[in-house]
Amino acid sequence: MTAPATEGSLPQQRGRLARVPSLAAFADGILITLMLGAVILWFAPAGMGRYGTYVLSLWLVTSIAVMGLNLTLGYAGLKSLAQAAFMGLGAYATALLTTKVGLNWYTSFALSGLLTFAVGLVLGFPALRVKAHYLAFVTLAFSTLIWLILRNEQWLTGGVFGLSNIPRPSLFGLKLDGALAFHRFVVIVTLILAVALWWMIRSPWGRAFTALRENPIRAASLGIDTRMYTLLAFAIGSAYAGFAGALYAPLVEFIDPSPFSLSQSFFLLLMVVAGGAGYLLGPFIGALLGVVLPEWLRVVGSLYLIIFATIVMLLLIACPQGVSGLLERGWAKLTGKGKIGKTVAGKSVAPNTGGRS
Amino acid sequence: MSPVLEVSNIHKAFGGIKAVNGVSFSVKEGEILGIIGPNGCGKSTLFNCILGQLDPTEGTVKLDGKEVTGMRPSDLNRLGVSRTFQLLQVFPELSVRENLILAGQEHEGTMLSRFFGRRDAGLTEKADRMIGFFKLGHLVDAKAGGLSYGQQKLLDAAMAFMAGPRLVLLDEPAGGVNLTMLGDLKERLRAINAEQGATFVVIEHNMDFVMSLCTRVLVLAEGKVLAEGTPAEVRANRQVIEAYLGH
Repeated sequence: MTAPATEGSLPQQRGRLARVPSLAAFADGILITLMLGAVILWFAPAGMGRYGTYVLSLWLVTSIAVMGLNLTLGYAGLKSLAQAAFMGLGAYATALLTTKVGLNWYTSFALSGLLTFAVGLVLGFPALRVKAHYLAFVTLAFSTLIWLILRNEQWLTGGVFGLSNIPRPSLFGLKLDGALAFHRFVVIVTLILAVALWWMIRSPWGRAFTALRENPIRAASLGIDTRMYTLLAFAIGSAYAGFAGALYAPLVEFIDPSPFSLSQSFFLLLMVVAGGAGYLLGPFIGALLGVVLPEWLRVVGSLYLIIFATIVMLLLIACPQGVSGLLERGWAKLTGKGKIGKTVAGKSVAPNTGGRS
Repeated sequence: MSPVLEVSNIHKAFGGIKAVNGVSFSVKEGEILGIIGPNGCGKSTLFNCILGQLDPTEGTVKLDGKEVTGMRPSDLNRLGVSRTFQLLQVFPELSVRENLILAGQEHEGTMLSRFFGRRDAGLTEKADRMIGFFKLGHLVDAKAGGLSYGQQKLLDAAMAFMAGPRLVLLDEPAGGVNLTMLGDLKERLRAINAEQGATFVVIEHNMDFVMSLCTRVLVLAEGKVLAEGTPAEVRANRQVIEAYLGH
């Protein structure tokens, strides 16, 4: 270990190349929350019945798509309105590969991720030229294009009749056809993808994504390849939507174009914002609001959409940083520190009281 | 000795307005060149053309004799060219230490090693030493957005030096900085110049700062070079007095 900094002495040594520290050093509040959440969700469906279990699984699948959009928008600051379209690409790719080509789900899952990664990479190129709402309109056009293909290219996608009899995977010879078994499989996949994203955000990549969002010109002047990180943010975010689609197809066992329309992309965007953009646990909260809350509100009949919209509006007026921001503020008041679920490149940071998106 | 930076006949026009109109100069290794001139004379535009933020309409920029005109800022930075901006450009959401780690991380390892390796890219110690060097030691974990203007200016400068650049272009480093911090900044810049042999190009309006720090001064007016020489020569130049310094 070198001597501490002394004023007037110029730091000369090069930083050491990355090496892997002990496992214990990795554990933080978010990782523990993810693990604990997975354990709870493993057992949660007990007594819920088939539909309750389905809603829980749908929540997790939606969370994966929202996680991807959270990377693209929340961390890298790139506005995309195509997340549902990417989810559709992943779902249709998996459905076609498992039903028509005869591939197993695992290979189809990987290929769906690869396909959406590649398409996301291509869609990322306009993001190098246009920003903010201009970029949103580019992705909006892409979203519409994909939806039209899904609806009109009947020979491939089945058009409005969709694709049915999508098989569920098996794990080590164990059939996952039952709602509970498949739910637990979804829990495992969600956990793996959430931990992978957690790892990425706390790595130097996460710091670079944050720099891209906050000040791309300064980031470039510090040697950060803003083109590369922009494309990566788009491609990885899209791949997460593809993975979500690859899980959605066997979950519902029948797909048609409607869940992948432009309005669904807006809904996924709402989940990112309502959950807390730029917070690792935000997507789970946002998807809970978007998927589970409407189910709870069904008891009020046709009023549920009005109540849901009111809740979301009040939430965003009270806390533009979403539920995660609200929790963070509460935690800050309690402890005087305020560190809940927000990771900027591996460091929990003090609550942001500013007006960042 | 061949120049580190060679700027030849740079022009930059915005529509009908010629912001930079045929500027040429060179900077030798270890030199501190000051660029002065009235507001709107093209200083910052010239910097942006040199650093790849703007494409010059005409002219070339060479680094160590190799043409780098229009090269992307991130690629130039990896070649050892760093800069500060006229307006504050720190990352307010990150701590002081995180700002410095960010400033150095892309110079360590590869994309893959940055993904799989340590979250601080092995730069915490170096960042802390740089923080100490710029007298920000008491603010290591403070959010950059919460620092005073002068402290953010020091942090901005520290970030420019984090990767050990050979050539640093400083755009109005003294702007808005109080006298005590200005002294600190000048002392730090001199130390880096002396110990590392780093070359500086400094745009500045504070004449005391320029005249006491720089070894040579270039004066711009209306996008052109009006005069060039040692600080004493420039200070005595009648044209410069009339156009910029005043009596």
